[in-house]
Amino acid sequence: MSRKRLRLYLVLATLVVLGIAATLILRALNEELVFFLSPTQIAEKQPNAGQQIRLGGLVEAGSVKKSGETVAFSVTDLSNNVRVSYRGLLPDLFREGQGVVVQGAFDGAGQFVASEVLAKHDETYMPPEVAKALKESGRWQETEGKGTAQPAVTQ
Amino acid sequence: MIPELGHYALVLALVMALAQATLPMVGAARGVRPWMQLARPAARAQFGFVAFAFLALMYSFAISDFSVAIVTQHSHSEQPLIYKLSGTWGNHEGSLLLWVLILTVFGALVASFGDNLPPRLKARTLSIQAMISVGFLLFMLLTSNPFARLDPAPFQGEELNPLLQDPGLAMHPPMLYLGYVGFSIVFSFAVAALIDGKVDAAWARWVRPWCLLSWTSLTGGIVLGSWWAYNELGWGGWWFWDPVENASFMPWLIGTALLHTALVVEKRDALKSWTILLSILTFGFSLLGTFLVRSGIITSVHAFADDPTRGVFILALLAIAIGAPLSLYAMRAPTLRGGGLFAPLSREGALVMNNLLLATMTATVLLGTLYPLLLELTTGKTISVGGPFYMATFGVLALPLLILMAIGPFLGWKRGDVKGALQRLIAAGICALGAAIIAIWIKADGPILAPLGLFVGVWLLVGTLIEFMERIRLFDGKPGRVWTRIRHTPRATYGMTLAHLGLAIAVIGMTGAGAWKSEEIRLLHPGQSLTLQGYDFKLESVEGVRGENYLADQAHFIVSRDGRFVADLYPERRQYMVQPMPTTEAAIRSGPLADLYAVIGEPDGKGGWLVRVYHEPLVTWIWFGALVMVAGGLTSLSDRRYRVGAPVRAGAAQAVRA
Repeated sequence: MSRKRLRLYLVLATLVVLGIAATLILRALNEELVFFLSPTQIAEKQPNAGQQIRLGGLVEAGSVKKSGETVAFSVTDLSNNVRVSYRGLLPDLFREGQGVVVQGAFDGAGQFVASEVLAKHDETYMPPEVAKALKESGRWQETEGKGTAQPAVTQ
Repeated sequence: MIPELGHYALVLALVMALAQATLPMVGAARGVRPWMQLARPAARAQFGFVAFAFLALMYSFAISDFSVAIVTQHSHSEQPLIYKLSGTWGNHEGSLLLWVLILTVFGALVASFGDNLPPRLKARTLSIQAMISVGFLLFMLLTSNPFARLDPAPFQGEELNPLLQDPGLAMHPPMLYLGYVGFSIVFSFAVAALIDGKVDAAWARWVRPWCLLSWTSLTGGIVLGSWWAYNELGWGGWWFWDPVENASFMPWLIGTALLHTALVVEKRDALKSWTILLSILTFGFSLLGTFLVRSGIITSVHAFADDPTRGVFILALLAIAIGAPLSLYAMRAPTLRGGGLFAPLSREGALVMNNLLLATMTATVLLGTLYPLLLELTTGKTISVGGPFYMATFGVLALPLLILMAIGPFLGWKRGDVKGALQRLIAAGICALGAAIIAIWIKADGPILAPLGLFVGVWLLVGTLIEFMERIRLFDGKPGRVWTRIRHTPRATYGMTLAHLGLAIAVIGMTGAGAWKSEEIRLLHPGQSLTLQGYDFKLESVEGVRGENYLADQAHFIVSRDGRFVADLYPERRQYMVQPMPTTEAAIRSGPLADLYAVIGEPDGKGGWLVRVYHEPLVTWIWFGALVMVAGGLTSLSDRRYRVGAPVRAGAAQAVRA
């Protein structure tokens, strides 16, 4: 085994592994990524039924309806809102008027079914995606250095 | 007064670090012995000052001195003592101080026990280590002073985040840091060797114990974190591919590769420049992890900091600490010609594949962690990369690695007999196939990864056992002979066997827990019950209870199977007194085959409670496997050939100058 030969083998092995990895990554990036959408973006272009998305915004005040294990609520960016149904335990910090991110998909009937309601770990925390969505809808005000959303219209 | 002394000690540590970073380096270049020898007292003094500062901070936490800002923000006088103490590192400033403490611990250890190191290498290594200290001490003193005071001091503190009040998490940061900061010393050794222009078997032997120690601690730290998430978060999961978890996982992967390639340098004098590169990259990933966590750039459960100036500072540190050694590497690496040649099918070849796969796996984790950030920066789109992405990339690449892991130890150095190895692994193949068939039989429509995972797990488990039996030639000769062989097998070999066995057990656990987990959610009134996987969960009652610093609703489940009692479960929903945040306290009954996991949610106001129960097969195998891996690391570390301060062996003296 000459040094040159050995190097050739090493380069070949590296290329094979990297090639496989690149293929896997490209496939996974195509199939496994979950896009974050705000209620306004959904109103503009309804995603296909069954496509996994993340939906972020505020839990609309007065919208939470519980029945048995299922809970329904609206996620709003104060311009548009999306009705969500979820079967499961809500995270400890789920509150009306608070930021929330839900992952799930629209079913055939146009209902958003959440598979996951993401837990947030402190009271003042606003998911960055939610803050962004609210900024884009123009309902964001900076107060005391920390961003909080001020609902423009109170019901 | 104590906090001021602590602060002052940090300044003195910085002065020491500056001296240690410069004088020994110059001394080594000019051959001035006294300057080189200065590294030893300087490293010890630096450690002494940082340790003093750390104890001072801990003291402030212990006595609840609320004039110290971070004590106010992260402690409360009613909090149990253990969480007051663990509050010391349960925040940004304190955890940085812990980081620096461990950095100096390693410096002081090398200074004190590295008597067998060539003086130049030792001086340079300690000098590099001190340069890292300078960076982090400056970072702490300029942007994150742990001893900042409040005036007037508030009467009461804001309490440690209730989620962090858990014994597993109290120990998790120190273990984790011991691991990933520990790789700093390997990094320093590598840079010093680059400056020296010499990497040989002796170098690999000096580096190995530090590498092992770091790897072992990192393994333990990651597992404690995972165990905490499983017990405390109440989501029934043990790994979430959260960026912060990835931050500690990447150094582990690359560190594992390093551990194996250092072996090739030691035994065969080959793969030198690759080993040096890995040493630099491993600590690079530790720094990257520190950056991701400390800058708050990725918001997740662990991100406590949200000040961008800090992020920029660490990013600059990262750029210098990685950029400078890599440039040096680019200049010097071509001079590090390897010695030993080997056939592609050999122990070396297997270890090269191991490295190639581990490095690629690290790259997929890196990509998954950073891609959302990059995409948002460039296109403004927000995406999330979750478990499915990693399973489709990382998970698939892990399969050949695990297959190879069983074969590698059978191959000889230089040229291996693959056919012979495979013949000896026939039993392993049969067992693995059996396991895969059982997996399909248990759940035919389950994910494809279940039979594959079990196949590789069992293959590795049995293969490792066969390798060990062949090594001691269990069925060959009198029992006395076998016993002699058992005693004469080096500890490092036992370490390898244990670590591989541990991983096999953990892989089987992860596969089971990932593929066969089931759950049920139901609104229950006391007296009602639900059934999951043949287990009957009856909600007996829900009562209010009072803990040391919280109030809770505590449910009582009686679990039975076919009418026979199995367990009492008491999940809680806690309301801590200070922070207005409810937390979920899962109740878990662990068993060798499956865990039963119960969580209680909100009441519906009409006497019913929302409950969620999980049936989690084989989860305990993950923790047990990890423990075995840690045991393997420790066993290998106790091998006297690598014992720190052990006399230099003849082989080292003959090492060829590269």
